[in-house]
Amino acid sequence: MNRPVILRLEKVVKRFGSFTALQGIDLDILEGEFFTIVGPSGSGKSTLIRLLVGMDELSEGKIWLRDNRIDQTPANKRPTCMVFQSLALFPHMSVGQNIEFPLKLRKVEPAERRARAYELLDLLRLPRSYYDKRISQCSGGERQRVALARALAFDPEILLFDEPLSALDYRLRKTLEKELKDLHARTGKTFVYITHSLEEAMVMSDRIAIMKDGQFEQIATADEIYSAPVSRFVAEFMGEVNLFDATDGLTQRAGGEVAAIPADGQSVLMVRPEYVRFIKNADQTDYALNGRLQAEYALGSRIQYEIETENGRVITVEKLREERLQADVGAPVLLGFDAGHTHLIRGA
Amino acid sequence: MEKQDRRLGVVAALPLTALLLLCFLAPMLVVALFSIMPQRVFSILNMPDFSAFQVFFSLGYYRSLLWSLGMAAATTVILFLMCWPLAYGMAKVFGRFTLVLTIAVVMSLFVSENIRLFGWVLTLMRGGLIEGYLRDLTGLSFDSPLYTVGATIFGLVYVYLPFMLFPLAQGIAMVPDDARQAASDLGASRWQVMRQIDLPLAAPGILVGSLLTFVLAAGALAEAKILGGRSVIVITDDIETAFTFAQNWPLGAALSMIMIVMVAGLAMFALARLDLDAIMGRKR
Repeated sequence: MNRPVILRLEKVVKRFGSFTALQGIDLDILEGEFFTIVGPSGSGKSTLIRLLVGMDELSEGKIWLRDNRIDQTPANKRPTCMVFQSLALFPHMSVGQNIEFPLKLRKVEPAERRARAYELLDLLRLPRSYYDKRISQCSGGERQRVALARALAFDPEILLFDEPLSALDYRLRKTLEKELKDLHARTGKTFVYITHSLEEAMVMSDRIAIMKDGQFEQIATADEIYSAPVSRFVAEFMGEVNLFDATDGLTQRAGGEVAAIPADGQSVLMVRPEYVRFIKNADQTDYALNGRLQAEYALGSRIQYEIETENGRVITVEKLREERLQADVGAPVLLGFDAGHTHLIRGA
Repeated sequence: MEKQDRRLGVVAALPLTALLLLCFLAPMLVVALFSIMPQRVFSILNMPDFSAFQVFFSLGYYRSLLWSLGMAAATTVILFLMCWPLAYGMAKVFGRFTLVLTIAVVMSLFVSENIRLFGWVLTLMRGGLIEGYLRDLTGLSFDSPLYTVGATIFGLVYVYLPFMLFPLAQGIAMVPDDARQAASDLGASRWQVMRQIDLPLAAPGILVGSLLTFVLAAGALAEAKILGGRSVIVITDDIETAFTFAQNWPLGAALSMIMIVMVAGLAMFALARLDLDAIMGRKR
């Protein structure tokens, strides 16, 4: 799909005193996509989103919305809108007044405002009777929906989210993740979402940007990032991973087309835990190695094993419950995986 | 068991109840009774005739009351406008400097109000600190601003500033920053953020501050006497005169009752709309 660029960042730098929070960010966000920025706390993702909506001023660089430069435009004049982590609902207004707030500022007629508020309540599957409810009478999930309705009432070009689900319990979070994705599909708006949770990012996003120390490590689809991370950081950030370097001396099957790991001290070969198999003979797979079962954890639908190899590296293996390994802790096991399931991360 | 607890509670509250009845309610009752006595009697055992209330209207005492209430209202409005930016700074901007400011304002309360007012007389009078130095240095001169309504209101504003400033700062501190940012993000200008977010969310602080200043200023006497030089007579001055020089206790009592009823009515009206839990920072 060839979508036009809606938001373009050019060499955006943000400094706080002597600390540089964003070190020259370049980014293109496409029209109508669900773009998620993931990173650990302190990676600069919150700083970035605050720059995008205009709550902070950037130190250097440019931000373009289509053909308009917006980095000097104050927050209240930007066609962007953010859903806060705290939601920032107005406690002194009813649900209806909250939703109508941006419309009231634009001097929309009361009857039209009300009609729009009802539409949004319908869209977010809140009963229309909630119009007159107080915010304090709403549950956590309902408040989320009110905050979303208010942001949609503003009708922004880009809707931004600053970890709005992080304070909710697991089940509600899962439900709202799917609802958000569904809402994205139905509204067709550009969503920019920030989270520290990789799971959240994978479920919802078209593209994911991994952020570290004020820079993007990788920008790609969830699949790409998962199977072909560009760095150790990304590989480890995206869930459980096994990394081998040249010192592991992986045993290769005779005649296999297997690339050697460069012995530069930085390059590593990555294989995800679900692709590691328990095998009987070393020539069943491209790579094979001996180890000893160290621990076994039940993860619900899957079982996770930790296996210590002869040179002391701990390998993580995950199997579905039905493929459970019949072995005691301490028993010797033979592990194997194929070259097609590996990804070589080259040192910088 | 519970019954006994309740009985013990009544017993425990007895000393305070007695004290309140004796020191608070009894004098009020005496004043209330005197207010309906005939003029110039010194006993509450006369036939009530409400003549003092007629005097309030016929002799123009209502003008004093209007001056008191008017100047109190002006003081409240001026103080609110003056203190809003300052309180905003204390609650959101100044950081550690807020403590310095707080101590500075509180320190002034350690000196007697009358002494501070006389200090202003020395500063503002003709030949005083300002005019005296100005004339000495430049030869220019101006009339003293003292002994006017303006000087009285200046005194009221000066004396009651802390009573507006601190509740207001407390009120503004209650406004969440992200609500303000969200409003701006949704398209509100600074002015709209103030009108729609800051003012309503800081309302409890505004109400407490305004109530305190209004009630105190309406009952103030020294400012009108010392800085105002009795250019206008305030109701408290009339009350004092009635009880002392005029030796007309029923009139003084009637004026007091009118004052008490008006101020208490206002206070109750305001407090009924107030959520004390919210002010103390507790969740509803």
